[in-house]
Amino acid sequence: MATVEEALSPREPIRGPSALAGDLRRTLTLTMAIAKNDFKLRFFGSVLGYVWTLMRPLMLFGVLYVIFTQFVPVDAPSFGVALLLGIVLFTFFSEATGGAVMSVMDRENLVRKIHFPRMVIPLAVVLMACFNLGLNLVVVIIFAIASGITPGFGWLAMFPLVALLTVFASGLAMMLSALYVRYRDVEPIWDVVLQVTFYGSLILVPYEVIRLKSEFVASALVANPLAAVLQEARHLVVDPSYASAAGALSSPALLLVPLAITAATFALGLWVFNREAPRIAEAL
Amino acid sequence: MQTAPERGPAIIVEHVSKRFRTPVEASHTLKERVLHPLRGRQHRAFEALKDVSFDVRRGEFFGIVGRNGSGKSTLLKCLAGIYGVDEGKMFRHGRMSTFIELGVGFNPDLAAYDNVVLNGIMMGLKPAEAKARYRRIIEFAELEDFQELKLKNYSSGMHVRLAFSVAIQVDADILLIDEVLAVGDAAFQQKCFDVFNRMRNEGRTILFVTHDMGAVNRFCHRALLLDHGEVVVIGDPRTVGDRYLELNFNELAQLHPEQVTERAGDGSARIIDAWLEDEHGERHTQFLQGTRSTFHAIVEFCEDQTDPSLTVAFQNDHRQNVLIVTTLIDHVHTGTFRAGERAHFCVGFETILGPGRYEPLANLARRGEGHDLIDRWEKQLSFVVRGLRSSGGVVDVPYEWTIRQASPDDQPIQSTA
Repeated sequence: MATVEEALSPREPIRGPSALAGDLRRTLTLTMAIAKNDFKLRFFGSVLGYVWTLMRPLMLFGVLYVIFTQFVPVDAPSFGVALLLGIVLFTFFSEATGGAVMSVMDRENLVRKIHFPRMVIPLAVVLMACFNLGLNLVVVIIFAIASGITPGFGWLAMFPLVALLTVFASGLAMMLSALYVRYRDVEPIWDVVLQVTFYGSLILVPYEVIRLKSEFVASALVANPLAAVLQEARHLVVDPSYASAAGALSSPALLLVPLAITAATFALGLWVFNREAPRIAEAL
Repeated sequence: MQTAPERGPAIIVEHVSKRFRTPVEASHTLKERVLHPLRGRQHRAFEALKDVSFDVRRGEFFGIVGRNGSGKSTLLKCLAGIYGVDEGKMFRHGRMSTFIELGVGFNPDLAAYDNVVLNGIMMGLKPAEAKARYRRIIEFAELEDFQELKLKNYSSGMHVRLAFSVAIQVDADILLIDEVLAVGDAAFQQKCFDVFNRMRNEGRTILFVTHDMGAVNRFCHRALLLDHGEVVVIGDPRTVGDRYLELNFNELAQLHPEQVTERAGDGSARIIDAWLEDEHGERHTQFLQGTRSTFHAIVEFCEDQTDPSLTVAFQNDHRQNVLIVTTLIDHVHTGTFRAGERAHFCVGFETILGPGRYEPLANLARRGEGHDLIDRWEKQLSFVVRGLRSSGGVVDVPYEWTIRQASPDDQPIQSTA
């Protein structure tokens, strides 16, 4: 009898905590379940849940739009849509990474009491930001169509572009959430970095405007994956007269730079998180 | 005595050691790290587990006992995969589930359904399984009428019931259970233990961490005693229980009893000394169960006193009065004493107390209705009763069994209700 049972349940080593816990599928279902619950909380918690979430990017957009069309006009085609697209993508980036910083800490109780793939926590924050981005992009589409832009197949390019940005943000989310456990000043530091990113990602002042001052600076900024994704999205979705990412980088081969940064960030994030994961429960 | 089923191992632990490293000077920020690169490099290592080896057989109810800080919870967390180990290996056969705390990750702003599904997935169920079991879970928790409520509107009892029924619906072959699980009111505790018993009878393997030897005696086939991270003994509950008591007592004997600075009572007399003697008239702090022992108290009077009463309560570790002896009931006239005189009170009894540690608490009171307190003598002495046999009961009074062939007349009485 024992032999039958032993055959049914083979001897498995008990491993300590880790990022993935050796089970990718469980990691994904759990990430999904947590993000879903958080999403529910955000949107069904209060009647105006979604409105409040939308308020921040929309207010920022409103203010900037008025300034840059009425007082300091920026010469760019469909500037309003381009600006809104930029703000929405940045909001995603900021929610995914900024929200992840304290995420592991906030779920301290879970980490210390249950064995589960630790990576789930920062990834759920990113996934939740993805849900939000989806909703916000609907607003962008409505605004674009209202501004007289005709939808085209080029819009489908948003999927791979958002996917790339998600990979980049996930890498940062894992890295930041793991580092925060050790260093509490990661939070203010990242706040500052986000602010710099906002101005350094061609959101406010498009590539076309910066190029007039310095071609090198403009190209260098596109090396930043967030800026590259935004540039390509503007080219494909808003107006073809916006330079494509490859065009802005002056050579398609240079596209490898933002791609490499994305891949390297993800790999580094995974490595840092994996290295810290076994000790997180003790360090908290 | 409970015997464990003879089957293959469910859990194997081989030479496991676990150290916690705490920095001497903690640096929690990058800034400090940059400004003082050397600070925080020194670590104080604390060995929570030292070379722990044991195995648990399939279908066994295995207790892990030890005092606070003995490393038992660390061991459980290592087994659960929450902490990594520094040395050694651990193996398991079959699916494992950990109950360290109930309802971890419950969100007060969500309804029962969302919480149950998420908790189920966290514990290792597939989403479809978790959804399919929701009905059974809510029925077991007896919360059918409250499903729509957000968890924050649940009473604490409802909360615990829900969490517990999620936990037991996760079908694992091996269960790791922390004693904190069995908190709550007595009825709920009983329900928990009923479920554990059922699981044990179903042949599941259970590891139970506790410091309550009573629970170990009642449920466990075998137990392991940990002290300062080391295995002291592995064996049947009685052996482990005896060692545990000894360990507890040795530690206590080294400590000085708490000095009671302010004594209750009006102080017109003082209990200046009290002790226990065994059947040979020698002072002792350890007694064998079933032998005769006597409690002695010397009282010094500062004022004249007639018929003062002495009451001695023997309290166990749970502060329950297991035995109370008093002059009030059967020895009202204790005599008249002048100021400056001393009286020697002495009371003998059979040590029918269950194995454990006891503290005598003596109250000296004036005669009369109000029982005005003259002096209270407490927290100065404790003694241990050791058992040759332990039933797990609070007391072990002499009893007899008679077993004979039942005659046809011995029909069970039918209830007419």
